[in-house]
Amino acid sequence: MEKLKGLKCRECGRRYPSSPAHICEFCFGPLEVDYNYDALKGVITRASIAAGPPSIWRYKDLLPIEGDVAVGHHVGFTPLIRSQNLAEELGVRELWIKNDSVCHPTWSFKDRVVSVAVTKAKEFGFDTVACASTGNLANSVAAHAAEARLRSYIFIPADLERGKIVGTLVYHPTLVAVQGTYDEVNRLCSEVSDKYRWAFVNINIRPFYSEGSKTYGYEILEQLGWRAPGHIVVPCAGGSLITKIWKAIREFSMLGLVERPATKMHAAQATGCGPIVTMIKKDTDVLAPERPNTIAKSLAIGNPADGYYAYRSVKESGGYGEHVTDEEIVQGMLLLARTEGIFTETAGGVTVAVTKKLIETGVIPRDESVVICITGIGLKTPDVLQERLETHVTIRPSLSAFDRALAELKSQAGQ
Amino acid sequence: MARMRVRLTFPPERIQEPVIYHLVKDFDIVTNIRRADVKADHGWVVLELEGKEDNLHRGIAWLKEKGVKVDPIGRDVIVP
Repeated sequence: MEKLKGLKCRECGRRYPSSPAHICEFCFGPLEVDYNYDALKGVITRASIAAGPPSIWRYKDLLPIEGDVAVGHHVGFTPLIRSQNLAEELGVRELWIKNDSVCHPTWSFKDRVVSVAVTKAKEFGFDTVACASTGNLANSVAAHAAEARLRSYIFIPADLERGKIVGTLVYHPTLVAVQGTYDEVNRLCSEVSDKYRWAFVNINIRPFYSEGSKTYGYEILEQLGWRAPGHIVVPCAGGSLITKIWKAIREFSMLGLVERPATKMHAAQATGCGPIVTMIKKDTDVLAPERPNTIAKSLAIGNPADGYYAYRSVKESGGYGEHVTDEEIVQGMLLLARTEGIFTETAGGVTVAVTKKLIETGVIPRDESVVICITGIGLKTPDVLQERLETHVTIRPSLSAFDRALAELKSQAGQ
Repeated sequence: MARMRVRLTFPPERIQEPVIYHLVKDFDIVTNIRRADVKADHGWVVLELEGKEDNLHRGIAWLKEKGVKVDPIGRDVIVP
């Protein structure tokens, strides 16, 4: 029996064959990959997964790939770190950090979704992949297209700072800078994807692309020793990651790979762009679009496509959500770096700061297990911290100068 | 004739106005609503618009002037 049934509309349930499509022709609802779980039961076991490669592809049976893996053989299986220092600082008994800031090859969880999308694009016979992105997604699409020897087109707003482009241009894509507002770039890309036969990873390949996020959840459960934690705190942008981690937990439970999971999913967003958390707090399934105004650029999606599904995942699991200010985000980044030696991007600062808030307010009890999702590296966007960090000591190159400076530092620190 | 599939999100102050009626009448656009959720304080409509390309662009510009958010059905295409 085939593992893939095809695609299915998340709204009206209509079924479609597996194809590069993302919208239901009937109700214009989003399409999702539909698996034949009966065929997978008993076939996927803890042992069969553990025998797989140390990458996302150990879960290939639960991914929408039918042929061979084309790219990203080393993506995923990032460290799940048992935190001592941050746990002490936050006053919680069992804290884990799922660290995708070291995801190969472009240091963010986007490598998971893109390696699935590009492999699927090859399977469908595309020779060109594309995306519209200002950061991590652009890096990852350009890198994986290079590995796959596919042409790539990356659309960006023309006013994007040069510094942000280098990490994409280096992989030799065609970069298209569009002179227009954010909304106009959105609409143009949608029209381009209708007209050209390209694999637009977050448009016509989106149902397949987004499935890659499940691997983040599978890894958490497997690395915890085939058990689901009490709480997972997830940064939310488009809302897909939290939805897919929740799906991963339900799938592992359905397949008997973990026992009775009781994980609460918590959404983390910035105050300057937090429409999903606002839904959760107001307890409404209606999303009010926002105009982003936050330093957490990698979460700045004002009208998230999966906002409703993210809200539903949180509600189903019994979780909650919190907003944090730009200052709290910076403090979260610094706290993670100071306690665990991990330099994350602003999104990670959001997650840490939100976790702190959820613990302080009692939403996350101090004696329950918590996993925080660190989804990207801080080295790509160090500018947010530039003015907040300073050199402690500047001296002449002599030992006596150093001795004096050290004595002064110690006296300042009261040692 | 050009076609466009979009999601319109209405601010509370526009909920009671016949916005889509004007889109049809003033811009000669054929509208085909597929899904919608309109309540007292908010509303969104997912629909297909069909008309001359220039009319579609003028119609969308008019919607935006009215404060109606116009997104592709997949919503934010640009992601960080």
